[in-house]
Amino acid sequence: MPSSFTVRRRTLIGGVALTASLVTGVVLAPAAFAQDDVTKVGFIYVGPVGDHGWTYRHDLGRQAIEAQFGDRVETTFVETVPEGADAERVIRNLASSGHDLIFTTSFGYMNPTIKVARDFPDVKFEHATGYKRADNVSTYSARFYEGRAVIGTMAGMMTETDAVGYIASFPIPEVVRGINSFTIAMRKVNPEAEVKVVWVNSWYDPGKEADAAKALIDQGVDLITQHTDSPAPLQVAQERGVLGFGQASDMSGFAPESQLTSIIDDWDQYYIDRTQAVMDGTWESQDVFYGIKEGMVAFPDYGPNVPDDVKEAAETVKEGIVAGTLHPFQGPIMNQAGEEIVAEGDVLGDDVLLGMDYYVEGVQGALPK
Amino acid sequence: MNDVWILTLLTIVTAATPLVYAGIGELVVERAGVLNLGLEGLMLGGAVAAFAIAHLSGSATLGILAGLGAGVLLAALFAFLTLTLQSSQVATGLALTIFGIGLTALIGQSLVGIAFAGLPHLSVSWLSAIPVLGPLLFEHDILVYGSFALVAAVTWFLSRTRAGLVLRAVGDSPESAHALGHPVIRVRYAAVLFGGGCAGLGGAYLSLAYTPMWVENMSGGRGWIALALVVFAVWQPGRLLFGAYLFGGISILQLHGQALGLTLPSQLMSMLPYAATILVLVLISRDGGRIRRNAPASIGRPFHPTL
Repeated sequence: MPSSFTVRRRTLIGGVALTASLVTGVVLAPAAFAQDDVTKVGFIYVGPVGDHGWTYRHDLGRQAIEAQFGDRVETTFVETVPEGADAERVIRNLASSGHDLIFTTSFGYMNPTIKVARDFPDVKFEHATGYKRADNVSTYSARFYEGRAVIGTMAGMMTETDAVGYIASFPIPEVVRGINSFTIAMRKVNPEAEVKVVWVNSWYDPGKEADAAKALIDQGVDLITQHTDSPAPLQVAQERGVLGFGQASDMSGFAPESQLTSIIDDWDQYYIDRTQAVMDGTWESQDVFYGIKEGMVAFPDYGPNVPDDVKEAAETVKEGIVAGTLHPFQGPIMNQAGEEIVAEGDVLGDDVLLGMDYYVEGVQGALPK
Repeated sequence: MNDVWILTLLTIVTAATPLVYAGIGELVVERAGVLNLGLEGLMLGGAVAAFAIAHLSGSATLGILAGLGAGVLLAALFAFLTLTLQSSQVATGLALTIFGIGLTALIGQSLVGIAFAGLPHLSVSWLSAIPVLGPLLFEHDILVYGSFALVAAVTWFLSRTRAGLVLRAVGDSPESAHALGHPVIRVRYAAVLFGGGCAGLGGAYLSLAYTPMWVENMSGGRGWIALALVVFAVWQPGRLLFGAYLFGGISILQLHGQALGLTLPSQLMSMLPYAATILVLVLISRDGGRIRRNAPASIGRPFHPTL
């Protein structure tokens, strides 16, 4: 009696289990196949989306992807992830949760991205402002220094004390490039003007940035620009009646009279293009370094305090850069000792620009190593 | 050149003020025998509340009161956990910091990117006409004046009033104070709430006057600096004020140094305020007797009323 009962129960349980899995499989299969049609795009940000600067613009790019592709994409983002071990954990998390394309939006995510990319060869990675690539890792950056040349021209024409303040973050080539491009353009229109640089050793620290702005203004600069991410310096400028330039996005909300213009990072089109490439299966690892011409570096409307001749000069510089007739690093360029390092007519190539570690003439002080 | 110095000194005052607020509150709390490591969380709570209310109501005064209130509220949570439920003060304080950072980031999400007009400078007309000291001392906003008044009031309270004596007694030997009939837990509650309110005001200053905006984690470690200042100042308000101004001063001066073209590595310059403040305060306070006299003997230890 017990044996036949046991066999019958086992058969019963086995039968129920088989039916259940068949039913589940049939019910879920359409959903599983439907998942394959949706492209999942992940983003990891170094700052908060509300920083109104660097990360804010990347998030606008993410929203552009959603607006363009609607139901065919699903985007995820993780904000304020410090560069380092945490970054690797987050990137790995995104890669292992079904994301097809992941944007890592800070220089310091370079090594974590390469590491995770090795373990997930089917996931595509896009690393901003880095230099290491792999078969499934692309790098992209914008020629912000072109924007610096435009605002440098404006600064040279508008400064009355011939002293301009520059609030900088870390002495990496990208920042030094920006300082040099700005100074070269400024001194083309105003050979007497000089740039004073203060390093705050942070991408985003409003208190410190504000203090740096105050120190520079107290020292007599009448124009400020920055390579840090918060609107605090412009806020100080607005309060003190000094003019300045915004960074990474339009900061006129914080400084309606003070902001002359701003350098805006516009990633929208690039992000849409890359997502489309993943959907079409045409994605390949590449290195992209786009500028004003491709629309990656953009500008908002001029502020209320920009005279017409300055606007004209700025537009001329933009047109020249787009046409290829004007290059921000075209000779003659002098180093701080006054020696000519780039001859008249020569242009510094990308490889030199990417490793730039010296100041040009017109920048006060020494570059911290 | 004179002008630059005065402007620089003014900036130093603003840089030191949040440290003074957080520090003086924590000084009172520690003198009562409680160690509150949650200053970062309290300052951030004050900052986000002050900014939110100031933005919504348009009134800076309501904002300041909101900052004060938020600090008191968060401190009340800490007080309940450590004084009534007898949890570890160190762990609870750290938890308060982490909680404060996260909660304020959540609350402040919709506030990022909003500008605020800042606090008006209140100048006392005939006083600020005095050549050098005038603009230096009498051209500040109300919270800066408040910090001066607060330090004076706390100094007087701790050394010249009976209530201050009771508070110090509670900090040095709660068992004896309890035996004498003083309400130890209630005194500590009052001290912790006061400390929370002060830290909240410090945070309100950050988001309303120093950089009138809200960003995540905007206190930038100032709570920890204030904690260290209290210890290095040997729990004396005068030295705390000096330490806060020394720290703020060197922070600003190193930026000026860079602007002037000083060629020291900027990382060294960033380190300077911390190193200098520690060095100076340790040197002037190395008298063991002073430390013994002023350090609250029962700090960090929970008190169980046994009768």
